[in-house]
Amino acid sequence: MVIKTEPFILNIGPQHPSTHGVFRMRVTLDGEVVVDIEPVIGYLHRGIEKMGENRTYTQIIPLTDRLDYLASLTNNLAYVLAVEKLAGITIPERAEYLRIIMAEAMRISSHLMAVGFFLNDLGAMMTPVLYMWREREKLLDLFEMVCGQRLTYNYMRIGGVSHDIPEEFLPALKKFVAEMPGFIDEYDQLLSQNEIVLARTKGVSILPRDTAINTAASGPVLRASGVKWDLRKADPYSIYDRFDFEVPVGKVGDNYDRYWVRMQEMRQSVRILEQAIAQLPSGVVWADVPQLLHPPVGEVYGHIESPRGELGFFLISDNSIAPYRFHIRPPTLINLTALKDMVVGWKVADLIITFGSIDVVLGEIDR
Amino acid sequence: MTILEQFRLWLGGIWPDWAAYLVPGIVGIVLVLAFVVVSVIVFIWFERRLLGRFQIRLGPNRLGPEGIFQPIATALKILLKEDIVPAKADKVIHWLAPVIVFVPVLMIFAVVPLGQRAILTDLNVGIVYVVAVSSISAVGIYMAGWASNNKYALIAAFRTVAQMVSYELPVVLAILGVVLMAGSLSMTQIVESQSIPFLVLQPLGFVIFFLGTVAEMNRSPFDLLEADSEIVAGYHIEYSGMKFAMFYLGEYGHALAYSCIITTLFLAGWQGPFLPPIIWFLIKVFAVFSVIVWMRATLPRLRVDQLMSFAWKGLLPMAIINLFIIAAEMLWLPEISLWILVVINIVSAGVLVLLWSRLFSLGGGRVEV
Amino acid sequence: MRFERYGIGIAKGMALTFRHLFRPPITLQYPEEKLVVSRRIRGNELVWYLDRCTGCASCAKACPQGNIEIVTHVGNRNNYVVDKFEVDCGRCMFCGLCVEACPYDALAMGRSYERSQYRRNDVILNKEQLQQSDIRQPSGYARPLIEASLPKQSLLVYWNRKEGGQKLSWLGLSKKRGRGV
Repeated sequence: MVIKTEPFILNIGPQHPSTHGVFRMRVTLDGEVVVDIEPVIGYLHRGIEKMGENRTYTQIIPLTDRLDYLASLTNNLAYVLAVEKLAGITIPERAEYLRIIMAEAMRISSHLMAVGFFLNDLGAMMTPVLYMWREREKLLDLFEMVCGQRLTYNYMRIGGVSHDIPEEFLPALKKFVAEMPGFIDEYDQLLSQNEIVLARTKGVSILPRDTAINTAASGPVLRASGVKWDLRKADPYSIYDRFDFEVPVGKVGDNYDRYWVRMQEMRQSVRILEQAIAQLPSGVVWADVPQLLHPPVGEVYGHIESPRGELGFFLISDNSIAPYRFHIRPPTLINLTALKDMVVGWKVADLIITFGSIDVVLGEIDR
Repeated sequence: MTILEQFRLWLGGIWPDWAAYLVPGIVGIVLVLAFVVVSVIVFIWFERRLLGRFQIRLGPNRLGPEGIFQPIATALKILLKEDIVPAKADKVIHWLAPVIVFVPVLMIFAVVPLGQRAILTDLNVGIVYVVAVSSISAVGIYMAGWASNNKYALIAAFRTVAQMVSYELPVVLAILGVVLMAGSLSMTQIVESQSIPFLVLQPLGFVIFFLGTVAEMNRSPFDLLEADSEIVAGYHIEYSGMKFAMFYLGEYGHALAYSCIITTLFLAGWQGPFLPPIIWFLIKVFAVFSVIVWMRATLPRLRVDQLMSFAWKGLLPMAIINLFIIAAEMLWLPEISLWILVVINIVSAGVLVLLWSRLFSLGGGRVEV
Repeated sequence: MRFERYGIGIAKGMALTFRHLFRPPITLQYPEEKLVVSRRIRGNELVWYLDRCTGCASCAKACPQGNIEIVTHVGNRNNYVVDKFEVDCGRCMFCGLCVEACPYDALAMGRSYERSQYRRNDVILNKEQLQQSDIRQPSGYARPLIEASLPKQSLLVYWNRKEGGQKLSWLGLSKKRGRGV
């Protein structure tokens, strides 16, 4: 005998404790099983691409801070790399090393936040968040020491970075780097082997390797599915080819692998930081670049490996002080297209966890 | 012969019979209610401070010295809020649900032995009364979820029914183990027969009962009824004002009630060397509650089907086997020294847990659509 | 990483949480205790020096939002006299591009972050309100001379009991009381 059931539509609306921003999903549920999902975005659209057409190249840098506001320095870095590629500017050595130090510290901070809130969505009542934010606070203090702000840094400039580091920066960073592997081991002890976490995340929402490549996923989502693709190794930008680090690759592509890849990436970032601190040369930090830059006519696409994936900036210049077209390729919007494949057939609880494991920031999806 | 019965006998000499019957009853009820209300307020403060300490922060510490007025401020705030009933909700059931959730909690305290002879009524079927009364709250939660006319609340409601019903059975079977060893259903008898606390004598029974009551209380790791990150406050999503206060107090009242039951059944109630019995009782209740808060601070929550399989495939068979072992011991080894029973029980508990963990598999749960 | 199934992972996690009971909490009782901010902080205010400003409007050109409004007239010593210098601090995102652009060091960022007002018009600051005073101190962002005279920042990396940090408190009974009832 077949019991007649009827699927119903649940609106996991823009205001929800765990949608990591204003993201709306219309989910069709059959009991507790997700049958269909329709994401609705655009609640945080601010028109950054249009605003970029009316601002000079230096004035766009504070705008790029506000795209992926949890990893602002990598946004700045991607943008200035694209402009430097277009205008053909070389930057001093010390500026290169400072950019790498800031970018890797930013990667640690962003992953701490992502992993913390992933575990919070699982239900561990803010405890992993607070432990991880203690380390993130130390990093934010260091950023405040260098460039004056804790969230929107505006630190990179076309031709280098804006300020040199004060003399108390390096001892504090060395102390942080020495203590961090111990703290990552503590986080592993807290929840990596917990049976409840394993039962909820291992084998759940598997993204197969071919689907990941076909939907143009990037970042930890792609690496967890078994594809060894990291832009720092595959298409090295800046001076990443001088550092020795590994790229962690998952096996299956479930939620646990995405969490595990992020934890391992934090360890590799600490390795890069140690090497960069040891090799830091002296010199100026900002090349001689005119204040109103007129790049030659042309178009450029500059991309980097941000903590969430491949972040790209596409610029068309017509030799004036402002770009003709300024387009951003957000990593999480492209990763989000794989959400339906990952989630259909699982339950509402798994939907929230999977969404947290993609690590979404609405600022860069909606721009 | 409890204190209240002595009081009644003494009054029966002075006043007419109906007064001697009524006054000790009212006095006892008022004392028990005062104990419950004060303890719930202290529990709210204690939980928030302890949870803060686990999370390397201070808890509430601004209102009053060390924040002791914070629960009162919380209660005032909730009472002053407007009581909103959704337009299409079922008004009678919406109104009735908090009452049905809260009142059974108060009724449990009628048989909790707070001291040597300090118990409101010494029912000779005390533990059966507790089990019966505590199952009524499940109906209340389901009513709250259904009457709110809200899909989130509905999801919470049908998870409730599954969870509450499936965890009743292991709890009752663990209680039966205790009753067999104690030889009586009455709560005072159970406490007095524990020369060695049953925590040591029946470790497996204790673990099953503890996990089962944490599930009955809807606390982490089984708090999917009010999973904050998924269904945004679950069954009490449409409640505000006094009705929400009843749910809130009901949750902490449940925690208090089950901590008292665990203390009575497994930790030898009020027994202890130097201090007065009520102090020992309170120390043990706070210890049990601290462990519950500790679990809340650390563990994530289970999914619905994992919770059900944990109850039916994990706890229930272990509870049945535990009952068999205890029954076998009581039947064939009644005169043996208790310490040998301790050793046998601990060894069998370890063997059973290791065997049952073989069943724990990962990655299931996908349904073909 | 071997995976044991019978509950040892849960036990390890709970042991870690238990160890955290004995670590000092890292909470500050704001507003009684405040951290020393960075020397280069881009706080929520600007400081303007009347005697150094020549009215060149480099800051207004550098601002991405167009927040700065300058009105000048030609003076009698071949200079500009600044009549009106208004900054809309409500739209300002405190990016610091104006401070970097000023060739005469006439504009500096402030150190305070508690600059909320009740009305939207109250955050549009004119010449007199933007000058330096005891509640409006300049920070060292792009101003190395000011930076050298400011106190060092308090850092969480160095914050423990021995170096003057928060005292250990059992069960959160802190030695420093909050604003009691």
